[in-house]
Amino acid sequence: MTAGSVRIGGGSRFFNGAVLRFVARRLLQALIVMLMVMTANFVLIKLAPGDIVDVLTGSSDMTAEQIASLRQEYGLDQPVIVQFVKYFARLAQFDLGYSNQFHDTVLNIILGRLPTTLLLVAFSVILSIVIGTVMGVAAARSAGKLVDSAISALVLLFYATPVFIVAIVMILCFSVWLGWLPTSGLYSVGAGHTGFAYIKDVAAHLVMPVVALCTFYTAIYSRLARATMLETMHLDFVRTARAKGLSERRVIYGHALRNALLPIVTMAGLQVSSLIGGAVLIETVFGLPGMGRTAFDAIFTRDTNLLLGVMFIASLAVVVVSLVVDFLYALLDPRVELK
Amino acid sequence: MLSTLGCASGDPVTGAPAPLLDVEDLSISVRRGVPLVEGVSFSIGAGEAVAVVGESGCGKSLTSLAIMGLLPGNLQRNATGRILLEGEDLSAKSPREMQDVRGNRVAMIFQDPLTSLNPVMTIGAQIMEVLEAHRDIDRAAATARTIELLDLVRIPDPQERMHAYPHQLSGGMRQRVVIAMAMACEPQLIIADEPTTALDVTIQAQILNLLVELRRKSNLSLMLITHDLGVVCRVAERMIVMYAGSVVEAGEVSAILDGARHPYTAGLMAARPHGSFKRTGQRLVDIPGTVPPPTSRPKGCLFEPRCPRAQEKCRAVRPDLAADGAGHAFRCHFPIGQGEAHA
Repeated sequence: MTAGSVRIGGGSRFFNGAVLRFVARRLLQALIVMLMVMTANFVLIKLAPGDIVDVLTGSSDMTAEQIASLRQEYGLDQPVIVQFVKYFARLAQFDLGYSNQFHDTVLNIILGRLPTTLLLVAFSVILSIVIGTVMGVAAARSAGKLVDSAISALVLLFYATPVFIVAIVMILCFSVWLGWLPTSGLYSVGAGHTGFAYIKDVAAHLVMPVVALCTFYTAIYSRLARATMLETMHLDFVRTARAKGLSERRVIYGHALRNALLPIVTMAGLQVSSLIGGAVLIETVFGLPGMGRTAFDAIFTRDTNLLLGVMFIASLAVVVVSLVVDFLYALLDPRVELK
Repeated sequence: MLSTLGCASGDPVTGAPAPLLDVEDLSISVRRGVPLVEGVSFSIGAGEAVAVVGESGCGKSLTSLAIMGLLPGNLQRNATGRILLEGEDLSAKSPREMQDVRGNRVAMIFQDPLTSLNPVMTIGAQIMEVLEAHRDIDRAAATARTIELLDLVRIPDPQERMHAYPHQLSGGMRQRVVIAMAMACEPQLIIADEPTTALDVTIQAQILNLLVELRRKSNLSLMLITHDLGVVCRVAERMIVMYAGSVVEAGEVSAILDGARHPYTAGLMAARPHGSFKRTGQRLVDIPGTVPPPTSRPKGCLFEPRCPRAQEKCRAVRPDLAADGAGHAFRCHFPIGQGEAHA
């Protein structure tokens, strides 16, 4: 039996009135949460000294009249409350505004950069879950023995090494000394790769950022998996599975691990949420045009609209991911009901 | 002395049926000098039901786990003796070979049906898994067999119920599922470790009846671990009484219950609450003292510190298991009913 076939007859649990009501209620909550988050973001940005006009005119010798007219053009001369109401009125129509820094709509900028971040997040989440879980399970199976100690030491190293150091050391090793991997960007500019060559090129550019982003979370997953597996492996049904004469692999992965997955799913949700818009360091070190980098630039140029746009997408991601996590819970554990 | 129920194999010389399971001098210890099970020997014939009785910690569950090859690693390393299933030494088998024995030739039913099923798998999938591990059958045949098994253990509406998760079933129903799982590959021996302890009384009776009936139908051997003497008389033909890791008395259930020879067995029987509800205020009889921990077992008879009949010899020499000629064995220097002074 594969894990998938265990679901027989369970399908109806996801398509009934209670689940629809659950989703509707969660979406309503999400709307309120988003409103609150955006209000807080708006207020925080306005509390910070300076605006985009200061940044744009800082190094030029414009007259006070010119500066005032620029402020007027951007709507920055109006009282904050008016700006606030106007911003939310536009947001209600899914208009994220215009970035005066990049001379494009915020939506276009974000849509251009979101794929990079999503690639980075997807690969690093999958890789860290798989490696972390396998390491954690191996550690739990040999608890107290040499393998466990070796894994624990490695995990501690992963956990304690700052991400930017991992990144810089990797660039030094694999780009500078060995020359295997490109140092920055998402693809080789001007190489004009297409098709499979392009995919290979992008993959080569993503290897180091993904690995660098993985290390910390691999350590977290490994510790989580070890702890929950140690608990689960002593439960009665695992002994039953052994008594049935199942292979050790089936006992560990089919029975014990499936019951130890919930904390890992919770952690994965947190990881996805925090990496969308939060991978600033890695995106900066590797020169990747992603969401975190965009937010970082927006802060320095006081590009209010762009920053709010990135934050909007990031909080939307948190809301969506937590809904997905709830569904995964119900999928993994039949005792969990969506209501 | 062994079962008279249809035994296929037998000793060609003596005509006595060869036992299905033979445990010879099984000892399990945590480390040197800390024995949990000491020199346990017994056999179970084909089609025979043997009860193993004793209080918590007497080594009855460890003995059953040793037969299944499911002892925790540290105990497995310190286990000695032989466990023969149809003459094959299980203790010499590799872990991979033991997988083929477990669930296939010897199956086990555990105490608590609420925790012994995997909560995230349907009961059907959990039964099918046994079939797929040991039989070369396709999905359709496995499904059909699963429905048949659920029907065998009297689960109503098996076609529907096989898609249910354990938490959707009652305790009694779950124990039926565990029994169906044990029966899946038609094992020769089922070890039931206190199968009714976690259930309420009316359900206990149903589960016991089911076990008795299945045994009769399939001619399987049963090793029933329990501390309920009522269960012993209903199910088993022979019984083994264990105390502090050793067998202290063994024989026909009727012979032992009619005339226990070992003071511990006698104490266990006296300790049964068999009064009516009216006799309130009457103290329950117990055996004074506690079981000696494995770290400080007495040099002489293990029961000596608690025994009302203990004498000097009991403190000095540990008695051997001696039989009375009618297959009734006991480990006591001064057994009850031997003309010695009665306590």
